[in-house]
Amino acid sequence: MAVLALPARPPGRIQMRRDLAHLSDEALVALVARGDDRALAELYDRLGRVAYGLALRIVRDRALAEDVVQDAFLAVWRSASRFLAERGRARTWVLMLVHRRAVDLVRREEPRRGEPLESVPAETGEATEDEAWLRLERERVHSALRRLPDPQREAIELAYFGGFTQSELAERLGEPLGTIKSRMFAGLARLRELLEDTGVEEGPWSTTTSEH
Amino acid sequence: MEHDDLRALTAAYALDGLDPDEERALEEHVRHCAECRADLASFRETAVALATDVEPVPPPPHLREQILQTVRAERATVVPLRRRLALPVAAAFAAAACAAAVGLGVWAVSLSHRLDARPQAVQLVGAQGRLVVTPSGEGTLVVSGLRPAPTGKTYEAWVIRGGQATPAGTFHGGSGRTAVALTAPIPDGAVVGVTLERAPGASQPSQAPLFTSQPV
Repeated sequence: MAVLALPARPPGRIQMRRDLAHLSDEALVALVARGDDRALAELYDRLGRVAYGLALRIVRDRALAEDVVQDAFLAVWRSASRFLAERGRARTWVLMLVHRRAVDLVRREEPRRGEPLESVPAETGEATEDEAWLRLERERVHSALRRLPDPQREAIELAYFGGFTQSELAERLGEPLGTIKSRMFAGLARLRELLEDTGVEEGPWSTTTSEH
Repeated sequence: MEHDDLRALTAAYALDGLDPDEERALEEHVRHCAECRADLASFRETAVALATDVEPVPPPPHLREQILQTVRAERATVVPLRRRLALPVAAAFAAAACAAAVGLGVWAVSLSHRLDARPQAVQLVGAQGRLVVTPSGEGTLVVSGLRPAPTGKTYEAWVIRGGQATPAGTFHGGSGRTAVALTAPIPDGAVVGVTLERAPGASQPSQAPLFTSQPV
């Protein structure tokens, strides 16, 4: 159980140093752990747009979103050695750090919550392979979300994007805490199921054992 | 709180939606509960899928440089790596450098923090546990939560130093916490790595380490 996932075909050392673009996110984090700032830059280039979009959606302010992303990537730099590939994907880890910081910030800046999102610059530049993948992935998540019962979707979205805790939600929505708790659990469990059914990629939780 | 109550909180935890007291209670619980830990890991992946539902937005260009300047400044304040030691160990598992990178990477980082005093115990990288070394170089590896070796296989520990991997004993894992008295001495600057080998054990590692210790 407590073993590192081994890549099927590890690249050679020389290639690894010269060509970061071919490395997995997880391998990049390993390089970051040994103090390689180019690996951090590559990770930022891959995840920065999603990270900034997520932060912006939650904190609804460009300067604050910048702070969130910067904090999160500094946390990646400082704690990369504690990242364990067996616990999940590197992308998940980085975006969790972003989300956590955004939510902490929005809870401190209470009045911001619920304000309309300021206008966001339109996407520019040509669609890369990554962006095409992101678009597909986004459609998949979006349609899965639409299939949730409204109260479950509401609980999930208000928690994740609004930064509300369960008890804050219960108060806001005038529902018993137990109801909110079960909606959130049932909703996320259902979403997990829907995403697994339609997923093209295998979730790491189904491969927590190594292949030996 | 009971297991079932805590398990019901895993989804909210993954959404960062728990109140602080429940959050602490769950964090404490998952340390010992593999079931909730697995639940939490899968819910985290689901929660992060929500991030994909957000339109990506290019961050302002100066942010990238700002972050990189900060980390370079931080790095400049630590002692440079002692590559003389780092290279031979890397060579020991060069064929699987990528998998080893986590362990070696941490090693390289920890070298920069290392003083001349020899630590009595170092953490493992890639598994829970530690390596304890006596001043005379006798080592004991303590690993938690290692699943049992599959039939016909055995875990094998290696002392790695100067490009050489020396067999240091085999064990089977799977009993909560496993303590292994290593059969080879651990010189200063070595790391201990563990691979899965065909029983009863090999004379040289056949794969990258599943986990390693930090250097002693």
